[in-house]
Amino acid sequence: MTGASSWSFREEDATRIGALLNSLLREANARTALLVDRTGQMLATVGEEPRFDPVAFASLTAADFSANDQLARMLGENEFGALFHQGEKDSLYLADVARRVILVVLFDNRTTLGLVKLRVRGVVEALSALFTDMFARESAGERRLETGFVGEAEDEIDKLFGS
Amino acid sequence: MSLINYASREINCKLVYYGPGLGGKTTNLEYIYEKVAPASKGKMISLATETERTLFFDFLPVDLGTIRGFKTRFHLYTVPGQVYYNASRKLILKGVDGVVFVGDSQLDRMEANIESMQNLYDNMAQHGLDLTRIPFVVQYNKRDLPNAAPLGQLQDALNPGWPVEDPARQRPLADPNRAGEMLVQELDGGWIERVPYFEAVALRGDGVFDTLRAISKLVLKTIG
Repeated sequence: MTGASSWSFREEDATRIGALLNSLLREANARTALLVDRTGQMLATVGEEPRFDPVAFASLTAADFSANDQLARMLGENEFGALFHQGEKDSLYLADVARRVILVVLFDNRTTLGLVKLRVRGVVEALSALFTDMFARESAGERRLETGFVGEAEDEIDKLFGS
Repeated sequence: MSLINYASREINCKLVYYGPGLGGKTTNLEYIYEKVAPASKGKMISLATETERTLFFDFLPVDLGTIRGFKTRFHLYTVPGQVYYNASRKLILKGVDGVVFVGDSQLDRMEANIESMQNLYDNMAQHGLDLTRIPFVVQYNKRDLPNAAPLGQLQDALNPGWPVEDPARQRPLADPNRAGEMLVQELDGGWIERVPYFEAVALRGDGVFDTLRAISKLVLKTIG
Protein backbone atom coordinates (compact mmCIF):
# COMPACT_ATOMS: atom_id res chain seq x y z
CA MET A 1 0.00 0.00 0.00
CA THR A 2 1.11 3.52 -0.60
CA GLY A 3 0.50 7.06 0.53
CA ALA A 4 -1.40 9.57 -1.61
CA SER A 5 0.12 10.11 -5.04
CA SER A 6 -0.23 12.92 -7.53
CA TRP A 7 -0.14 13.32 -11.26
CA SER A 8 0.26 16.17 -13.64
CA PHE A 9 -1.31 17.48 -16.78
CA ARG A 10 0.98 19.34 -19.19
CA GLU A 11 0.44 22.04 -21.74
CA GLU A 12 1.05 19.61 -24.62
CA ASP A 13 -1.45 17.13 -23.12
CA ALA A 14 -4.05 19.90 -23.11
CA THR A 15 -3.31 20.74 -26.75
CA ARG A 16 -3.68 17.15 -27.93
CA ILE A 17 -6.83 16.61 -25.90
CA GLY A 18 -8.27 19.92 -27.09
CA ALA A 19 -7.79 18.89 -30.72
CA LEU A 20 -9.47 15.52 -30.17
CA LEU A 21 -12.42 17.03 -28.32
CA ASN A 22 -12.90 19.83 -30.83
CA SER A 23 -13.17 17.37 -33.68
CA LEU A 24 -15.59 15.27 -31.60
CA LEU A 25 -17.82 18.31 -31.07
CA ARG A 26 -17.79 19.13 -34.78
CA GLU A 27 -18.55 15.60 -35.90
CA ALA A 28 -21.21 14.94 -33.28
CA ASN A 29 -22.69 18.44 -33.50
CA ALA A 30 -22.57 18.61 -29.70
CA ARG A 31 -22.17 21.75 -27.55
CA THR A 32 -19.53 21.09 -24.92
CA ALA A 33 -17.11 18.32 -24.07
CA LEU A 34 -15.61 18.05 -20.59
CA LEU A 35 -13.00 15.77 -19.11
CA VAL A 36 -13.30 15.01 -15.42
CA ASP A 37 -10.99 12.78 -13.42
CA ARG A 38 -12.49 10.04 -11.28
CA THR A 39 -11.64 11.85 -8.08
CA GLY A 40 -13.88 14.76 -9.11
CA GLN A 41 -11.52 17.28 -10.67
CA MET A 42 -12.11 19.08 -13.94
CA LEU A 43 -9.32 18.50 -16.47
CA ALA A 44 -10.52 20.22 -19.61
CA THR A 45 -13.51 21.99 -21.13
CA VAL A 46 -13.91 22.46 -24.88
CA GLY A 47 -16.69 24.07 -26.91
CA GLU A 48 -19.42 26.35 -25.62
CA GLU A 49 -18.58 27.81 -22.22
CA PRO A 50 -20.81 25.96 -19.72
CA ARG A 51 -23.31 28.08 -17.78
CA PHE A 52 -22.90 25.96 -14.64
CA ASP A 53 -20.26 25.88 -11.90
CA PRO A 54 -17.57 23.59 -13.38
CA VAL A 55 -16.03 22.66 -10.02
CA ALA A 56 -19.33 21.43 -8.60
CA PHE A 57 -20.17 19.77 -11.91
CA ALA A 58 -16.92 17.77 -11.87
CA SER A 59 -17.46 16.58 -8.32
CA LEU A 60 -21.01 15.41 -9.06
CA THR A 61 -19.99 13.73 -12.32
CA ALA A 62 -17.36 11.64 -10.56
CA ALA A 63 -19.84 10.69 -7.83
CA ASP A 64 -22.46 9.80 -10.44
CA PHE A 65 -20.06 7.58 -12.35
CA SER A 66 -18.73 5.90 -9.20
CA ALA A 67 -22.21 5.16 -7.88
CA ASN A 68 -23.18 3.64 -11.22
CA ASP A 69 -20.01 1.55 -11.21
CA GLN A 70 -21.17 -0.02 -7.98
CA LEU A 71 -24.62 -0.67 -9.44
CA ALA A 72 -22.95 -2.39 -12.38
CA ARG A 73 -21.02 -4.65 -10.05
CA MET A 74 -24.24 -5.61 -8.28
CA LEU A 75 -25.50 -6.85 -11.63
CA GLY A 76 -22.31 -8.81 -12.16
CA GLU A 77 -20.98 -6.33 -14.74
CA ASN A 78 -17.46 -4.99 -14.44
CA GLU A 79 -18.65 -1.47 -15.11
CA PHE A 80 -21.10 0.58 -17.11
CA GLY A 81 -18.76 1.98 -19.73
CA ALA A 82 -21.15 4.83 -20.53
CA LEU A 83 -24.13 6.67 -19.03
CA PHE A 84 -26.85 8.77 -20.60
CA HIS A 85 -28.92 11.43 -18.85
CA GLN A 86 -31.80 12.74 -20.88
CA GLY A 87 -33.23 16.20 -20.34
CA GLU A 88 -35.97 18.11 -22.12
CA LYS A 89 -33.51 20.35 -23.96
CA ASP A 90 -30.02 19.37 -22.85
CA SER A 91 -28.68 15.88 -22.35
CA LEU A 92 -25.45 14.36 -21.12
CA TYR A 93 -23.51 11.40 -22.40
CA LEU A 94 -20.70 10.16 -20.15
CA ALA A 95 -18.05 7.63 -21.11
CA ASP A 96 -15.18 6.02 -19.25
CA VAL A 97 -11.63 6.71 -20.42
CA ALA A 98 -8.88 4.34 -19.24
CA ARG A 99 -10.67 3.80 -15.89
CA ARG A 100 -9.29 7.10 -14.60
CA VAL A 101 -11.11 9.82 -16.49
CA ILE A 102 -14.68 10.52 -17.60
CA LEU A 103 -15.58 12.16 -20.90
CA VAL A 104 -18.80 14.17 -20.65
CA VAL A 105 -20.57 15.40 -23.78
CA LEU A 106 -23.29 18.00 -23.42
CA PHE A 107 -25.67 18.12 -26.38
CA ASP A 108 -29.13 19.31 -27.35
CA ASN A 109 -31.76 18.47 -29.96
CA ARG A 110 -29.59 19.64 -32.86
CA THR A 111 -28.07 16.15 -32.80
CA THR A 112 -29.02 12.62 -31.77
CA LEU A 113 -27.86 10.26 -29.06
CA GLY A 114 -26.88 7.74 -31.74
CA LEU A 115 -24.52 10.14 -33.45
CA VAL A 116 -22.99 11.26 -30.15
CA LYS A 117 -22.42 7.65 -29.08
CA LEU A 118 -20.84 6.78 -32.40
CA ARG A 119 -18.41 9.71 -32.35
CA VAL A 120 -17.57 9.26 -28.66
CA ARG A 121 -16.55 5.65 -29.26
CA GLY A 122 -13.82 6.74 -31.65
CA VAL A 123 -12.46 9.51 -29.48
CA VAL A 124 -12.46 7.39 -26.30
CA GLU A 125 -9.96 5.05 -27.90
CA ALA A 126 -7.60 7.88 -28.78
CA LEU A 127 -8.01 9.48 -25.33
CA SER A 128 -7.40 6.16 -23.57
CA ALA A 129 -4.07 5.76 -25.35
CA LEU A 130 -3.12 9.31 -24.45
CA PHE A 131 -4.01 8.98 -20.77
CA THR A 132 -2.34 5.59 -20.46
CA ASP A 133 0.88 7.28 -21.64
CA MET A 134 0.38 10.13 -19.16
CA PHE A 135 -0.09 7.80 -16.20
CA ALA A 136 2.95 5.72 -17.21
CA ARG A 137 4.95 8.94 -17.28
CA GLU A 138 3.83 9.74 -13.72
CA SER A 139 4.77 6.38 -12.29
CA ALA A 140 8.18 6.74 -13.94
CA GLY A 141 8.52 9.82 -11.72
CA GLU A 142 9.12 13.33 -12.98
CA ARG A 143 8.28 17.02 -12.43
CA ARG A 144 7.92 19.05 -9.72
CA LEU A 145 6.78 22.36 -8.36
CA GLU A 146 9.06 25.34 -8.00
CA THR A 147 10.92 25.48 -4.71
CA GLY A 148 9.30 27.95 -2.39
CA PHE A 149 5.82 26.81 -3.32
CA VAL A 150 5.15 25.13 0.03
CA GLY A 151 6.34 28.08 2.11
CA GLU A 152 4.20 30.49 0.17
CA ALA A 153 1.20 28.15 0.29
CA GLU A 154 1.56 27.86 4.07
CA ASP A 155 1.45 31.65 4.40
CA GLU A 156 -1.74 31.71 2.36
CA ILE A 157 -3.27 28.98 4.53
CA ASP A 158 -2.48 31.01 7.64
CA LYS A 159 -4.05 34.09 6.10
CA LEU A 160 -7.19 32.35 4.86
CA PHE A 161 -7.79 29.97 7.74
CA GLY A 162 -6.47 32.25 10.51
CA SER A 163 -3.17 31.57 12.27
CA MET B 1 -4.59 12.14 -5.56
CA SER B 2 -3.58 15.72 -6.04
CA LEU B 3 -3.65 16.92 -9.62
CA ILE B 4 -1.17 19.43 -10.94
CA ASN B 5 -2.61 20.84 -14.14
CA TYR B 6 0.19 22.63 -15.97
CA ALA B 7 -2.16 23.56 -18.80
CA SER B 8 -4.68 25.48 -16.71
CA ARG B 9 -2.07 26.25 -14.01
CA GLU B 10 -4.17 24.68 -11.26
CA ILE B 11 -3.48 22.41 -8.30
CA ASN B 12 -6.39 20.58 -6.71
CA CYS B 13 -6.21 18.57 -3.50
CA LYS B 14 -8.93 16.41 -1.98
CA LEU B 15 -9.57 16.45 1.78
CA VAL B 16 -12.12 14.08 3.32
CA TYR B 17 -13.85 14.51 6.69
CA TYR B 18 -14.60 11.05 8.06
CA GLY B 19 -16.19 9.81 11.29
CA PRO B 20 -19.27 8.37 12.97
CA GLY B 21 -22.80 9.60 12.23
CA LEU B 22 -23.88 12.88 13.84
CA GLY B 23 -20.29 13.57 14.90
CA GLY B 24 -20.11 17.02 13.26
CA LYS B 25 -18.48 16.49 9.86
CA THR B 26 -21.08 18.51 7.98
CA THR B 27 -21.04 21.13 10.76
CA ASN B 28 -17.30 21.60 10.16
CA LEU B 29 -17.91 22.28 6.47
CA GLU B 30 -20.86 24.56 7.18
CA TYR B 31 -18.77 26.66 9.54
CA ILE B 32 -15.94 26.89 7.00
CA TYR B 33 -18.45 27.86 4.31
CA GLU B 34 -19.89 30.57 6.55
CA LYS B 35 -16.54 32.08 7.51
CA VAL B 36 -14.35 31.89 4.41
CA ALA B 37 -14.37 35.05 2.29
CA PRO B 38 -16.87 34.80 -0.60
CA ALA B 39 -14.12 35.15 -3.21
CA SER B 40 -12.33 32.10 -1.82
CA LYS B 41 -15.16 29.63 -1.77
CA GLY B 42 -17.27 27.84 -4.34
CA LYS B 43 -20.75 26.47 -4.13
CA MET B 44 -21.38 24.05 -1.25
CA ILE B 45 -23.20 20.93 -2.36
CA SER B 46 -24.98 18.62 0.06
CA LEU B 47 -26.47 15.36 -1.08
CA ALA B 48 -28.60 14.83 2.00
CA THR B 49 -31.81 13.08 3.00
CA GLU B 50 -34.99 14.99 3.84
CA THR B 51 -33.92 15.00 7.48
CA GLU B 52 -30.63 16.63 6.50
CA ARG B 53 -28.53 13.56 7.19
CA THR B 54 -25.73 13.23 4.65
CA LEU B 55 -26.75 10.64 2.07
CA PHE B 56 -23.76 10.66 -0.26
CA PHE B 57 -21.47 13.58 0.54
CA ASP B 58 -21.09 17.30 1.17
CA PHE B 59 -18.67 19.13 -1.05
CA LEU B 60 -17.04 22.52 -0.62
CA PRO B 61 -14.24 23.90 -2.81
CA VAL B 62 -11.95 26.45 -1.14
CA ASP B 63 -9.48 28.52 -3.16
CA LEU B 64 -6.15 29.36 -1.64
CA GLY B 65 -5.40 31.86 -4.38
CA THR B 66 -2.58 31.80 -6.93
CA ILE B 67 0.71 30.56 -5.54
CA ARG B 68 3.83 30.69 -7.72
CA GLY B 69 1.58 30.86 -10.76
CA PHE B 70 -0.69 27.99 -9.75
CA LYS B 71 -4.29 28.49 -8.71
CA THR B 72 -4.44 26.24 -5.65
CA ARG B 73 -7.70 24.75 -4.48
CA PHE B 74 -8.82 22.34 -1.76
CA HIS B 75 -11.85 20.16 -2.36
CA LEU B 76 -13.45 19.41 1.03
CA TYR B 77 -15.71 16.37 1.24
CA THR B 78 -17.63 14.72 4.06
CA VAL B 79 -18.85 11.15 4.01
CA PRO B 80 -22.15 9.83 5.40
CA GLY B 81 -21.44 8.57 8.90
CA GLN B 82 -24.15 5.98 9.30
CA VAL B 83 -22.81 2.45 9.22
CA TYR B 84 -25.02 1.24 6.36
CA TYR B 85 -23.78 3.87 3.90
CA ASN B 86 -20.40 2.22 3.53
CA ALA B 87 -20.58 1.92 -0.25
CA SER B 88 -20.90 5.73 -0.56
CA ARG B 89 -18.15 6.28 1.98
CA LYS B 90 -15.71 4.15 0.07
CA LEU B 91 -16.38 6.02 -3.17
CA ILE B 92 -15.62 9.40 -1.63
CA LEU B 93 -12.21 8.21 -0.44
CA LYS B 94 -11.09 7.62 -4.01
CA GLY B 95 -8.10 9.81 -4.73
CA VAL B 96 -8.01 11.36 -1.24
CA ASP B 97 -4.97 13.48 -0.33
CA GLY B 98 -5.70 14.04 3.35
CA VAL B 99 -8.16 12.78 5.97
CA VAL B 100 -9.71 14.47 9.01
CA PHE B 101 -11.33 12.06 11.43
CA VAL B 102 -14.08 13.87 13.33
CA GLY B 103 -14.63 11.92 16.53
CA ASP B 104 -17.61 12.44 18.83
CA SER B 105 -16.29 13.10 22.35
CA GLN B 106 -19.40 11.79 24.11
CA LEU B 107 -18.68 8.69 26.20
CA ASP B 108 -21.59 6.78 24.75
CA ARG B 109 -20.25 7.35 21.21
CA MET B 110 -16.89 5.74 21.93
CA GLU B 111 -17.82 2.48 20.30
CA ALA B 112 -19.16 4.26 17.20
CA ASN B 113 -15.88 6.21 16.99
CA ILE B 114 -13.77 3.06 17.14
CA GLU B 115 -15.93 1.30 14.58
CA SER B 116 -15.69 4.28 12.22
CA MET B 117 -11.90 4.49 12.61
CA GLN B 118 -11.55 0.80 11.77
CA ASN B 119 -13.87 1.29 8.81
CA LEU B 120 -11.72 4.19 7.59
CA TYR B 121 -8.60 2.08 7.77
CA ASP B 122 -10.28 -0.80 5.90
CA ASN B 123 -11.77 1.41 3.19
CA MET B 124 -8.43 3.14 2.61
CA ALA B 125 -6.75 -0.24 2.33
CA GLN B 126 -9.27 -1.25 -0.32
CA HIS B 127 -8.12 1.75 -2.36
CA GLY B 128 -4.54 0.58 -1.86
CA LEU B 129 -3.84 3.47 0.52
CA ASP B 130 -2.15 3.19 3.89
CA LEU B 131 -3.72 5.50 6.46
CA THR B 132 -0.44 5.72 8.34
CA ARG B 133 1.31 7.12 5.27
CA ILE B 134 -1.00 9.91 4.17
CA PRO B 135 -1.74 13.27 5.80
CA PHE B 136 -4.15 12.52 8.62
CA VAL B 137 -5.41 14.48 11.65
CA VAL B 138 -7.99 13.73 14.33
CA GLN B 139 -10.53 16.19 15.68
CA TYR B 140 -12.35 15.50 18.94
CA ASN B 141 -15.62 17.34 18.56
CA LYS B 142 -18.30 18.30 21.09
CA ARG B 143 -15.77 19.09 23.84
CA ASP B 144 -18.38 21.31 25.50
CA LEU B 145 -20.78 18.50 26.35
CA PRO B 146 -20.98 17.32 29.97
CA ASN B 147 -20.60 13.67 28.99
CA ALA B 148 -17.44 14.29 26.94
CA ALA B 149 -14.76 11.67 27.57
CA PRO B 150 -11.37 12.86 28.86
CA LEU B 151 -8.87 13.56 26.08
CA GLY B 152 -6.52 10.81 27.26
CA GLN B 153 -9.24 8.23 26.92
CA LEU B 154 -10.07 9.38 23.39
CA GLN B 155 -6.40 9.37 22.40
CA ASP B 156 -5.91 5.85 23.77
CA ALA B 157 -8.89 4.59 21.82
CA LEU B 158 -8.53 6.45 18.53
CA ASN B 159 -4.97 7.73 18.23
CA PRO B 160 -2.82 5.34 20.28
CA GLY B 161 0.08 5.56 17.80
CA TRP B 162 1.41 3.06 15.29
CA PRO B 163 4.90 1.56 15.30
CA VAL B 164 7.55 3.49 13.38
CA GLU B 165 9.59 0.90 11.47
CA ASP B 166 11.75 3.22 9.36
CA PRO B 167 14.98 3.86 11.34
CA ALA B 168 15.34 7.28 9.69
CA ARG B 169 12.08 8.37 11.28
CA GLN B 170 12.86 6.99 14.73
CA ARG B 171 13.62 10.30 16.34
CA PRO B 172 11.58 12.44 18.73
CA LEU B 173 9.18 14.81 17.00
CA ALA B 174 7.33 17.41 19.02
CA ASP B 175 3.69 18.19 18.29
CA PRO B 176 3.78 21.76 16.92
CA ASN B 177 0.19 22.30 17.99
CA ARG B 178 0.48 21.14 21.61
CA ALA B 179 3.30 22.27 23.86
CA GLY B 180 5.05 19.45 25.70
CA GLU B 181 3.46 16.68 23.63
CA MET B 182 5.13 14.44 21.08
CA LEU B 183 4.01 13.08 17.71
CA VAL B 184 6.90 10.60 17.45
CA GLN B 185 8.41 9.16 20.61
CA GLU B 186 10.10 6.12 22.09
CA LEU B 187 7.76 4.14 24.29
CA ASP B 188 8.47 0.86 26.06
CA GLY B 189 11.50 0.18 23.88
CA GLY B 190 9.75 0.85 20.56
CA TRP B 191 9.02 3.98 18.49
CA ILE B 192 5.46 5.12 17.90
CA GLU B 193 3.83 7.90 15.92
CA ARG B 194 0.53 9.61 16.63
CA VAL B 195 -1.23 12.04 14.32
CA PRO B 196 -1.94 15.67 15.28
CA TYR B 197 -5.23 16.07 17.16
CA PHE B 198 -7.49 18.99 17.91
CA GLU B 199 -10.30 19.71 20.33
CA ALA B 200 -13.38 21.25 18.79
CA VAL B 201 -16.86 22.56 19.30
CA ALA B 202 -17.75 22.68 15.60
CA LEU B 203 -21.17 24.25 16.17
CA ARG B 204 -19.54 27.45 17.36
CA GLY B 205 -16.43 27.01 15.23
CA ASP B 206 -13.92 26.23 17.99
CA GLY B 207 -11.07 24.18 16.54
CA VAL B 208 -12.56 24.02 13.04
CA PHE B 209 -9.94 26.18 11.34
CA ASP B 210 -7.09 24.78 13.47
CA THR B 211 -7.96 21.38 12.07
CA LEU B 212 -8.30 22.58 8.49
CA ARG B 213 -5.06 24.53 8.66
CA ALA B 214 -3.14 21.49 9.94
CA ILE B 215 -4.43 19.06 7.33
CA SER B 216 -3.98 21.56 4.46
CA LYS B 217 -0.35 22.14 5.39
CA LEU B 218 0.35 18.42 5.66
CA VAL B 219 -1.16 17.85 2.22
CA LEU B 220 0.79 20.66 0.58
CA LYS B 221 4.03 19.26 1.96
CA THR B 222 3.39 16.02 0.09
CA ILE B 223 3.09 17.73 -3.29
CA GLY B 224 5.62 20.54 -2.91
